[in-house]
Amino acid sequence: MNELQIYWWAIVSLLGALLVFLLFVQGGQTYIGCVKNEQTRNLIVNSLGRKWELTFTTLVVYGGAFFASFPLFYSTSFGGAYWLWMLILLSFILQAVSYEFRRKPGNIFGERVYDIFLMFNGCVGCVLLGVVVGTLFFGADFSVTRGNLLDGSAPVISQWNGSHGLEAIASWRNLLLGFMVLFLARTLAALYFINSIDDGAEFAARMRKSVIVNGGIFVVLFLAFAAVLLTSSGYGVNESGVIEKMPYKYVSNLTNLWWLGLMLLAGVLCVLWGIVRTALPCKGVWRCGIWWTGIGTVLTVFALLCAAGYNGTAYLPSVSDPSSSLTIANSSSTHFTLKVMAWVSAFVPVVVAYIGYVWYKMNARPLTTEEVENDHSY
Amino acid sequence: MNDLVSLVDWSRAQFALTAMVHWLFVPLTIGLSLIVAIMETMWYRTRNEKWLRMTKTWMKLFGINFACGVATGIILEFEFGTNWSNYSWFVGDIFGAPLAIEGIFAFFLESTFIAVMFFGWKKVSRGFHLTATWLTAIGVVLSALWILVANAWMQYPAGMEFDPGEMRNVMVSFTDVALSPVAINKFFHTVASGWVLGGVFVVGVSCYLLLRGRNQEFAKSSIKVGGWVGMFGIILTMWTGDGSAVQVGKVQPMKLAAMEGLYRGECGQGLVGIGVLNPSKKPGDDQKEMLFEIKIPKGLSILARHDANAFVPGIDDLIEGIELTADGDTIHTVSYADRIEAGKRAQEALAAYGKAQKAGDSAGMAEATELLKADYQYFGYGYFDSPEDAVPPVALTFYAFRVMVMAGGYLLLFFVAALFMVYKRPGWLDKKLILWGGLATIAIVWICSEAGWIVAEVGRQPWVVQDLLPCKAAISGVSSGSVMLTFWLFAALFTCLLVAEVSIMVRQIRKESKRDILNDKND
Repeated sequence: MNELQIYWWAIVSLLGALLVFLLFVQGGQTYIGCVKNEQTRNLIVNSLGRKWELTFTTLVVYGGAFFASFPLFYSTSFGGAYWLWMLILLSFILQAVSYEFRRKPGNIFGERVYDIFLMFNGCVGCVLLGVVVGTLFFGADFSVTRGNLLDGSAPVISQWNGSHGLEAIASWRNLLLGFMVLFLARTLAALYFINSIDDGAEFAARMRKSVIVNGGIFVVLFLAFAAVLLTSSGYGVNESGVIEKMPYKYVSNLTNLWWLGLMLLAGVLCVLWGIVRTALPCKGVWRCGIWWTGIGTVLTVFALLCAAGYNGTAYLPSVSDPSSSLTIANSSSTHFTLKVMAWVSAFVPVVVAYIGYVWYKMNARPLTTEEVENDHSY
Repeated sequence: MNDLVSLVDWSRAQFALTAMVHWLFVPLTIGLSLIVAIMETMWYRTRNEKWLRMTKTWMKLFGINFACGVATGIILEFEFGTNWSNYSWFVGDIFGAPLAIEGIFAFFLESTFIAVMFFGWKKVSRGFHLTATWLTAIGVVLSALWILVANAWMQYPAGMEFDPGEMRNVMVSFTDVALSPVAINKFFHTVASGWVLGGVFVVGVSCYLLLRGRNQEFAKSSIKVGGWVGMFGIILTMWTGDGSAVQVGKVQPMKLAAMEGLYRGECGQGLVGIGVLNPSKKPGDDQKEMLFEIKIPKGLSILARHDANAFVPGIDDLIEGIELTADGDTIHTVSYADRIEAGKRAQEALAAYGKAQKAGDSAGMAEATELLKADYQYFGYGYFDSPEDAVPPVALTFYAFRVMVMAGGYLLLFFVAALFMVYKRPGWLDKKLILWGGLATIAIVWICSEAGWIVAEVGRQPWVVQDLLPCKAAISGVSSGSVMLTFWLFAALFTCLLVAEVSIMVRQIRKESKRDILNDKND
């Protein structure tokens, strides 16, 4: 592993962490069906509608950055877990049009259908992206044989289990992670609504209750996931350079790379503080939970994704052929390409800065029904 | 083997479907984003309420269209992995970079500032809003830039070398990839064609408003902006189209031959203006190429070489490896049979490299590397059994080229006429026939735009990466049945989205036509 490979794994992990945070949009979409009051439903959709493209773009950039830095993952996971990725794509296509079309006259299918699309994306998008992350820890059934390229009748390098991703969806460990992501997203969404919508005390109290319920379920799922992960074996490169199964690999990663362990702990505490502080009775509702839980989410997911790849760990283990497992070292682009991309990544702070500035300007005042009814809206 | 053929066909069909549907929305986004930005600039400079209302009206149509472009765009990016996984590894070291740069530089710019465009009217200053509108337009163009750099690289691979140990191509010069002449030309040609499409859309919709008898001032002012953007766009498209023909002649001569349905070339080759191909004609036989044709003398030599007497090779000439000098002397180049042999030798050398590497035989590795280097430029031909395998579908390329060129010529006249009428003969814009013509041109510009991509992409078949990787070696290891299923799934979904978008767009335009846009007190 060289420093640029380490750097790019960190960038990809950071993008993944930001994506999980931004899934609050998807989490928020799952509330659409729970709200009977049309005015409130429109408020929810419009407050999410001003952020959906950010989540969408982060997913696209995450894909692009993974392609540029670790092309073997792109060719193995995407081409292999075909149905898993296709279902994710399907849900995001439906999302992309639903905001703009839902209340437009002549939209053919009616507002209700577009709202169902948004809910579908909210549930399926979160769970299946969680399943994808699950394969990074719990592995998949695939092989990589570069020499296949020279076999004109069967030239495919990366071969995956015949179920092509459906088996990953059926794995309970992956699903545990998937539902954990879903309830985290719902918790973040409720915190976001509290922060960004002004629809009276009743709405705020209701969202506070949602934080307590969804946050509670999330914490239980997170503890279960942590227990499974920390007692599971991982795959890593041994001293002879061979990839093999290693017991308690992730415990060893989090202790050997102590800063990752600390970051994980700090992240978890931030997430919990955001939830608990919002749940605590106080005058009115505390509006800052989204920032604590959001930043905590980014720190936690970043630490977990780093732990999936650093310390000689196979970040996409092959359970049937460990030597085919993908590591940061064997799946990355060349030093030259990573260097070019590293220069490009120097502009990321500029991007983050303008996104932050625009967010600040646009969210300076909470969204109200009056604004939704009088201005351009979804 | 049959399943492999079927898988390649369905994978191609799925990518073609996605790309063509994506391209229905993207050029309108490119064109309208610029037109809206110009209108808002006019408002910012003059403070004339008319321009603000025009900006907001066209922005509504821009917003309806934008979402579909985003929705289909994400599939294209991910399909490189899901359906072309071998490709993703074989050239991922080079191809991934433009995609990532596109995301970092362009997509965030678009997605951040488009929210300001639509929701920021009362939240930010006029200057900030105008900046956001321009940044959205710039983001759209930047996004086109990087995806076209990636596409151009597939047509003209540059700035890379092959790494036999990893069995993939690796980037050695980013500037050669990003600034290749093919990429630059393709970028201007494509973006300008988006401006043309946006211009026609604005002029065409304005014609509809005039037909409905209201909004005279709105429509005529829109025709002026749309007309000038379209006029600039069509001139740039034609100029870069000429450059593109020269480049295709140099780097993809087989595509040029297919575009012309040309099997035997000559010095001072004519250009088929109108023609009907002989459908039973095959490479190497003695049948006539055309059943009917009207040729422009020496036209193709001028178009492809900028030299009236230059030789332009046909399909059979290329297969046989024959070129002629200006004096008519024959020069032998590498025939396709020899290329196939060279490709197979390169693949054998690569296999030998792998064996030597496994055995730790460094001398064997060095020897295999030398052999591989000698023939690597024809690596992809090693997958073919006969030279005919390397010939693209001639009919589709030929007719699509003619549709593009003829429609392009018409569009130049269209913009000249539109600008002439709106400035010098505004009375003519009351005539129904003229207005219906303007409206109908909306369909023509879309056909023209799609035909251009068919020429570019069908004409380069069977290659994914020119000369190095054919489609059949670039695929993923999924079953053809799975891809067939997702193809129909996407086909159904895209049809629904398209119908919904057109319906919303039409309803919105009708709604606008029923009110006095520039003086509506409820706005």
